[in-house]
Amino acid sequence: MSEDKRKKDIAEGQDDGKAKESRRDFLKKLGVATAATTVAPAATAKAGSIAEALQTHFRLMSDDEKKNAIARLEKRYTEQFSKQVTVADTPAPEGVLFGYALNISKCIGCRRCVEACVRENNQSRDPAIQWIRVLRMERGNNTFELKELNEGSPSSNPLGDYGIQSGGHADKHVGLSGSTEHYYEPEQVPEDDAIYFPVQCQQCEDPACVKACPVRATFRDPNGIVVIDYNWCIGCRMCQLACPYWARRFNWGEPVLPNEDMNPKTHYLGNRPRMRGVMEKCTFCLQRVRDGRYPACVEACPVGARKFGNLLDPKSEVRKILATKKVFRFKEEFNTDPKFFYYMD
Amino acid sequence: MKKQIASASQKPIAFARDFFSYAIKGGNLYYGWLLFLSFFVVVGLYTSYVQMTKGLIVTGATDQIIWELFISNFIFTAHIAAAAVLVVIPAYIYKREDMKHLAVLGEIIALTFVIIGLNFIFFHMGRPDRFWHAIPGLGIFNFPSSMLTYDIIVLNTYLGINLVAVSYLLYKRYLGQPINTKFYTPLIYVAVAWGPLIHIVTAFILSSNAGISAWHTAVLPFAFLSMAGASGSALIIIFFLLIRKFSKMDIADSVIDFFSQVIVWSLGIIILVFASEFFTELYPGTHHAASLEYMIHGHHGLNAYVPWFWWTMALIVIPFILLLSSKVRKSYNFLLPLISLVVFLIILIEKPAVLVFPSFSPTPLGEYAVYHPTLIEIFNVLFIWASGFIILTLLTKGAIGVLTGEVQDSQTVEGDAK
Repeated sequence: MSEDKRKKDIAEGQDDGKAKESRRDFLKKLGVATAATTVAPAATAKAGSIAEALQTHFRLMSDDEKKNAIARLEKRYTEQFSKQVTVADTPAPEGVLFGYALNISKCIGCRRCVEACVRENNQSRDPAIQWIRVLRMERGNNTFELKELNEGSPSSNPLGDYGIQSGGHADKHVGLSGSTEHYYEPEQVPEDDAIYFPVQCQQCEDPACVKACPVRATFRDPNGIVVIDYNWCIGCRMCQLACPYWARRFNWGEPVLPNEDMNPKTHYLGNRPRMRGVMEKCTFCLQRVRDGRYPACVEACPVGARKFGNLLDPKSEVRKILATKKVFRFKEEFNTDPKFFYYMD
Repeated sequence: MKKQIASASQKPIAFARDFFSYAIKGGNLYYGWLLFLSFFVVVGLYTSYVQMTKGLIVTGATDQIIWELFISNFIFTAHIAAAAVLVVIPAYIYKREDMKHLAVLGEIIALTFVIIGLNFIFFHMGRPDRFWHAIPGLGIFNFPSSMLTYDIIVLNTYLGINLVAVSYLLYKRYLGQPINTKFYTPLIYVAVAWGPLIHIVTAFILSSNAGISAWHTAVLPFAFLSMAGASGSALIIIFFLLIRKFSKMDIADSVIDFFSQVIVWSLGIIILVFASEFFTELYPGTHHAASLEYMIHGHHGLNAYVPWFWWTMALIVIPFILLLSSKVRKSYNFLLPLISLVVFLIILIEKPAVLVFPSFSPTPLGEYAVYHPTLIEIFNVLFIWASGFIILTLLTKGAIGVLTGEVQDSQTVEGDAK
């Protein structure tokens, strides 16, 4: 992504913003602008960024510090994206453990969830960052061939060929299995010969990533969601190494998010725009679910394969699925105890 | 009395002045070497500016292969820093007279390589400006849960121990005073224990990741320590042969022989470690062996690492066989330094090309990838190496001046004259 293109995006966004903004906002901005010119705007911006650089972990901030940190961010984002951006600090609701259930027999691999997630959570468009990967797997096993029935290794043995096949089909398998890919580009979905398996952060109860973080920038929130304080992350990527689900994404460069695509309703621990050099991942749309709404991927799924709810509530939809469907969890051998369940009808 | 105290407080400054003014003096070859290193520092200043302003996107790292050349080189510097105790152990634990005066050179190697390693970690961080978040007291220290916190402790302690030990000994020598063994000897014993410790912890940083099956093996610390023994001794041999050639320092053949023996033993252990790892992986042939198979014969035509793997294996086995011959080990002017250079370089290259990059394939979601280092990344690596070697050269030169008595406190000299 070139610097010029970014500047252009920002400029275009400003134009859009001006056309829409009300007279009161305009006057307010004018006031800010005149004030800023008299007190040197660069100095105030610099003071803000120094304060941001020196702030502590979000969980350790006092109420005042939180308020200041959020005000700083709102100011910075509002200027950067030329629209009124809010950074919420909605607390975790009491008595809730969030859980997710995904019906793999319904998933058609359309990746609308991916798109909705990118839009909702302000992911960088270039380099493109996506929190959900949809794996495509070959349906069935179409390489079984009769003529290979007696082919195998070792077919003969210099120490004595007894005509007894001992090594199995070690070198030349009859049929293939387990190959997946997530860069498929079909004409249309679902494809006849494929099944789909979406993967995102599994919100583990025993998260390997949280254990590995040297500064506790990533931690489990009281609702069981694993979140990141983007301002505390040092970018060491130990969490990314530890995660067996490939659920974490790193901002290798400055994230690029066009103004018109920016979702201005954000949460401090959720979808607020990230900076260069920090980790990010799925938070079950924390900014939505703390307000009692569904995650964006759940709403976007056209076939209703995605279900979400409170695991502590026996009457919730997820609990009903856990009780009645064929349910499994991904990579159980890692013993991370995910709250993301896969099921079949 | 007052005057004496004042002059005593001036002493360390005089020491530093005398030490470095001796260290920067040398012949044309010496200046040529420093100039050669400075070239990479100058270029590196620009390339690090690019990385610090643009982020790690200027390196070859991606979400598929998340460790770059920096951290791969860091593991290697930990090899050398740990192996430097091989100079100290014979001197202080086995009381070898021919090595007693060399122990401080070993500590200088340890000191320099910990500094180089910490630099590599700094370049590896996505937000180096937030390093204070990991300082206990100032930030949050996720101890004992995070393996990285152990590494922060052991590396910085090792740096501190060696810094104190080196400057204390050289300062006392400079003044012509005997060292206080009640203070110095325990310090040396701690340093001896600490050397392997930094390396074992570094191995745990890798092996604690169950998701990366190539690293999730208990032999990793053994592999690291044996590689430290080989590559560290290789560097020490070259280092000592150069010192012997270019300075008045007296280094006996028996010292060089000791280190060539250590290389042989270490290479032998590396071969055993590799063999047992390969057997354990390949015989059952589960998915756990996927990255090893990727290295050995590629994956669907993706075979960039195959030659690196086989060359590494060959250049570990061939030096081992050659060094079994005492004729080769005694060839101080040709074969021994050449083989040492090969061992040093192959274990350096093994880090990114065999240990780090291929281990990321397949990713947890089954992708195979090849790492492509960028020029900026390579120049940043050379920058860190070059500045490290400048430190090593200057410290060694100054230390030799002190040890041979060329750098001395002026009062001591006067006293001697009387």
